[in-house]
Amino acid sequence: MNLFELFAKIDELDPESGERLSFYNRRHILKNGAKATALAALPTLFSSVVNKAYGADLPAQTRGVLEYALTLEYLEADYYEKGVKSGIIPQNNYEVFSTISQHETAHVRLLEKTLGIAPDAMKPKFKYDAYPDVFTNYKTFLVVSQSFEDLGVRAYKNEAKNLMESPDLLQVALQIHAVEARHAAVVRSLRGQKGWIVGNGMENGMAPAVPAIYEGELNTEQGGVELAGKIAGQDKNTLSESFDEPLGRDQVLAIAKLFLA
Amino acid sequence: MTSSSTKSTPTGTTQESKAAVGRRTFLKSASIASLSAAAIYASSCTDHNGNPIPDGTVDLGSGDVGILNYAYALEQLEAAFYTQIVATPYAGITSQELMVMTDLKNHEVAHRDFFKTAISAAAPSAIIPSLEVNFSAIDFTSRSSVLGAAKAFENLGVAAYNGAGKFLKTPVYLLLAGKIVSVEARHAAIIGTLLEGFNGQFTAGQVDANGLDKAMTFGEVLPVAQMYIKTKISGVNLPK
Repeated sequence: MNLFELFAKIDELDPESGERLSFYNRRHILKNGAKATALAALPTLFSSVVNKAYGADLPAQTRGVLEYALTLEYLEADYYEKGVKSGIIPQNNYEVFSTISQHETAHVRLLEKTLGIAPDAMKPKFKYDAYPDVFTNYKTFLVVSQSFEDLGVRAYKNEAKNLMESPDLLQVALQIHAVEARHAAVVRSLRGQKGWIVGNGMENGMAPAVPAIYEGELNTEQGGVELAGKIAGQDKNTLSESFDEPLGRDQVLAIAKLFLA
Repeated sequence: MTSSSTKSTPTGTTQESKAAVGRRTFLKSASIASLSAAAIYASSCTDHNGNPIPDGTVDLGSGDVGILNYAYALEQLEAAFYTQIVATPYAGITSQELMVMTDLKNHEVAHRDFFKTAISAAAPSAIIPSLEVNFSAIDFTSRSSVLGAAKAFENLGVAAYNGAGKFLKTPVYLLLAGKIVSVEARHAAIIGTLLEGFNGQFTAGQVDANGLDKAMTFGEVLPVAQMYIKTKISGVNLPK
């Protein structure tokens, strides 16, 4: 999935979405012409931002994964940049979020460099009006932070198989994936929750804020084997905690689009 | 993991390894009944150059199954470690800490038993036996020794999975490794908060300037794991 398809997918998931993204605007300009012409024009469109020396050599599927990941990283980086500046983070938690913010911005820069694009070249415009008090109420800030981190873990996990053609970049994605999981655990802990996903994940005020974030997390079938009843002393809850589940691109994007301006 | 003690230095086998010894010794002569299952298992193995792997050494094997055995070995180590902590909690353990240790024990046992089930189904002749652990370097009466070791084990596990993923050829195994590694990363972070509180140190030393967690090769991980595993293990046939 390239960026064009990614935004087409967002459009499909949310037909009313309108012009949410700076890139998307250009896409609409293209859309005014014949579709075939628009598709043919894409390489020209991207050539303005793609550094061919590196980014253009990526296999198409790998590029699609990285662009998708970059979209999510832009959202996280934007969120924490605003959060850290908002003044609502208590002093004794401040370092946690300034550290997370640094990591997310580093992910953005690394993915941009890998794709061969300039800083913020693909950055969409974001909005947070689905959670109006997110930068004035620390509790809301934490709920959305946990959502982004647990969602990021699920999104990267789902994409690993799509990077098998690019082993070194697969490893980079796994290295980011683990950092997102560390973030998720600490933010969960700040909310008085366990660091791992318990049950359907909806404890302590998560529902109904972000209903789809934890869909499927109760799964206890692994590698085609239903583990419930097969491991002594372990109930279904413990078994579902022990394995984090992936979430597909459509489901992740349906959540992410809440934040696209 | 620098402190040591002679007061509490459990060295032992899991229930499975005792059962494995039983089965193996049933098949072998009584004269080697005192050897570990692992020793017997590896007695006829060779590496990829045809060189014999020393007697008493467990060969993790090659390809995807070798990597699954590698993960199974690390999960055996972690499961045995947390089982010991919950059985003999350190002095002054809080109810919160005991709850965390109990959860970690349950997760690692689930991972260990999952691998045992999965490898037994996929490659019954290639699964490694239960390994004998050696925790003599860990003082289980000391909070700092136990949590320091826990942090090291979790971070080792995360870096091991991160480094191994790209060698897997089967997408479903890669997904399963991904399902487990993020839980290990969650563990590492929570152990970090028990040691450091909620300051910016929760990823200290583990995340580089690019925001990347560590990835370690088989050759980097195995010597560290071996310090806590009495059974000799060999990764010489793992993918390169």
